[in-house]
Amino acid sequence: MTDTTTRDDSADAAAVATPELEAVNERQKRRRGLWLALPAWVYLAVFFAIPLAIVFVYSFATRNRFGGTDLSGWNLDSYRALGGDLVRAVLVRSVVLAVITTVICLVISYPFAYFMATRSTRTRNLMLVMVMIPFWTNFLVRNYAWYVILGTDGPLSTITETVGLGETRFLFTQTAVVLGLVYGFLPFMILPLYASIERIDGRLLEASRDLYATGAQSFRRVLLPLSMPGIVAGSILVFIPSLGAYVTPVILGGAKTTLLGGYIVTQFLEARNWPFGAALSSVLMIIMLGATVVYFRKGGQTL
Amino acid sequence: MGGPSVTAAVELSGVTKRFGDVVAVDNIDLAIADGEFFAMLGPSGCGKTTTLRMIAGLEFPTEGSLQIFGDEMGTLPPNRRPVNTVFQNYALFPHMSVRENVSFGLRMQGMSKSETASRTSTLIELVQLGGMEKRKPDQLSGGQQQRVALARALVNEPKVLLLDEPLGALDLKLRQEMQDELKTLQRELGVSFVFVTHDQEEALTMSDRIAVMHEGRLLQVGSAEEIYERPSNRFVADFIGQTNLIDGTVADRDTIVLANGSKVAATTGHVAGTSVAMSLRPEAMHIGRPEDIPATHATSSLTGTVTEVNYLGVALVYRIAVDWIELEVRAPTVSEVDRLKPGETASVWWARETAQVVAD
Ligand SMILES: Nc1ncnc2c1ncn2[C@@H]1O[C@H](COP(=O)(O)OP(=O)(O)OP(=O)(O)O)[C@@H](O)[C@H]1O
Ligand SMILES: [Mg+2]
Repeated sequence: MTDTTTRDDSADAAAVATPELEAVNERQKRRRGLWLALPAWVYLAVFFAIPLAIVFVYSFATRNRFGGTDLSGWNLDSYRALGGDLVRAVLVRSVVLAVITTVICLVISYPFAYFMATRSTRTRNLMLVMVMIPFWTNFLVRNYAWYVILGTDGPLSTITETVGLGETRFLFTQTAVVLGLVYGFLPFMILPLYASIERIDGRLLEASRDLYATGAQSFRRVLLPLSMPGIVAGSILVFIPSLGAYVTPVILGGAKTTLLGGYIVTQFLEARNWPFGAALSSVLMIIMLGATVVYFRKGGQTL
Repeated sequence: MGGPSVTAAVELSGVTKRFGDVVAVDNIDLAIADGEFFAMLGPSGCGKTTTLRMIAGLEFPTEGSLQIFGDEMGTLPPNRRPVNTVFQNYALFPHMSVRENVSFGLRMQGMSKSETASRTSTLIELVQLGGMEKRKPDQLSGGQQQRVALARALVNEPKVLLLDEPLGALDLKLRQEMQDELKTLQRELGVSFVFVTHDQEEALTMSDRIAVMHEGRLLQVGSAEEIYERPSNRFVADFIGQTNLIDGTVADRDTIVLANGSKVAATTGHVAGTSVAMSLRPEAMHIGRPEDIPATHATSSLTGTVTEVNYLGVALVYRIAVDWIELEVRAPTVSEVDRLKPGETASVWWARETAQVVAD
């Protein structure tokens, strides 16, 4: 009897290597852990996949005169309505702000991540904890904190007034929204950048300096290309939630700077146009899905 | 500089490097000649890499002066020094092809495209990597990567090439092949090689001169022969090759009193009363029965008991217990009947000049 087989019904058969036994073994390997993963699968299906599917189905439904939704007369009207001027303005504004947020996060985070990756292990861990500290406070609370700080009688304004720069009017502007988004999503940029820079062998940078590269060339030719997975990962991790952001634009941007997230909520709660809201959500989701695919292709390995 | 003597390729004067409390390199004076194959040898952590990095400009001395062809280097960055490095484990750029790796230095120096292309091709041919230009480093074997690292450095025609254990990652056979190739290459190009290794055989066979380092200090610089036959101190004698170190005290210019009180003749070179060790190479001793000791060697002999005899084909290795120490003696093989056997009394003697007296 070999001890590698789990079958004990036929000692003779087990002693000889057979394709069938190998196939059984392979199948068992593929199923390993299936039952342990089941609760997570069920959870995801019930609370995530099924609701998503419902949203998708609703996007083809019809809004009736009373603001309800008729699950009949399937059509593409809601998708056609996406071409409207207002929708386009909101979409463009959302994408622009998400891009600006991503770029600012990248520019701020890169030097910081590099600095962090080149410290001693102790300092690094300390800095990592500090990067994550904001997560210990509720996101909503932190946004209201900015609301207070940026308000016309908030501390920022008080300071600028005292210094003689006059009252600041940040709150309810796009600047305030970008500021809030950058603040909220900065760690999502720093962490993957740090992870990919930290992995780069420092001797490669030394080698490039030894081979006549200036500091700037060394960055451009070695550090930047080698940290590209982190840049892609971080950018997508910031871009996606920025594009669909709801809380920050609503609190800091007010009614004048509606973004996609807020606009979708309006469709469901105020305009009572569920199919249109569902269509908007579906489009947003498809954009994000595309971005995520890019992420896994290019940078997924680093996380 | 000064005088008619040629300027050294690399010259270190009183160079010390400290990392916090650690003294990695301790007050080193060293001159490496142009076109020389110079090896730096020493146990792990003795400061070889640190010395090399200071020459490359990847580290700056805490104290002292470092000149390359007479120019004071100070804190000049690596990209402005006429030296290139072959790194330990090569440090090839993983995102670049062989060709891009090799041409990197030329591109950074802003050399014209055509010149870059032709020099890169020449070097790739020289290190026999033709046909692999498009591969990435991870698609190459260890030996091939080693060649890329070499070509990447040499393409810049540096005046000095620094090599940090370049063969450390290769298996024995490849290592020996690469040793020959490196040596040939160095002779053809006439470039100074500063070669760090902790393999003494490699250092002995390849180099014009060897520097032996220990705990940040430079113990001896000399040709392989000088270092092997005339070690300047106990550490060098012990570190290079195999030897028997016999402790004693200097009695006068020609006599050492060993720890058991017996007197042996040797050129001591130290003042009376100095604690020294006498280094006797296993192959430099003759072995026989006490009555075989030639009269002329009466004061350069020791007698003890054979504890072990090992047959090594061409040689026999005897271990002989003499009072407080055990000596290892390597002698030509003789027929079994003539061999001394364990338990027998045996004497060893040596030519006086082969005994090297070394202090700590
Ligand atoms: N950046 C550094 N910070 C602190 N100590 C260092 C640093 N670099 C080297 N050292 C110390 O300096 C000493 C010499 O190191 P070095 O790397 O030069 O040794 P080495 O002779 O090259 O050894 P090996 O044969 O193991 O490569 C060691 O004690 C080492 O721990
Ligand atoms: Mg080293």
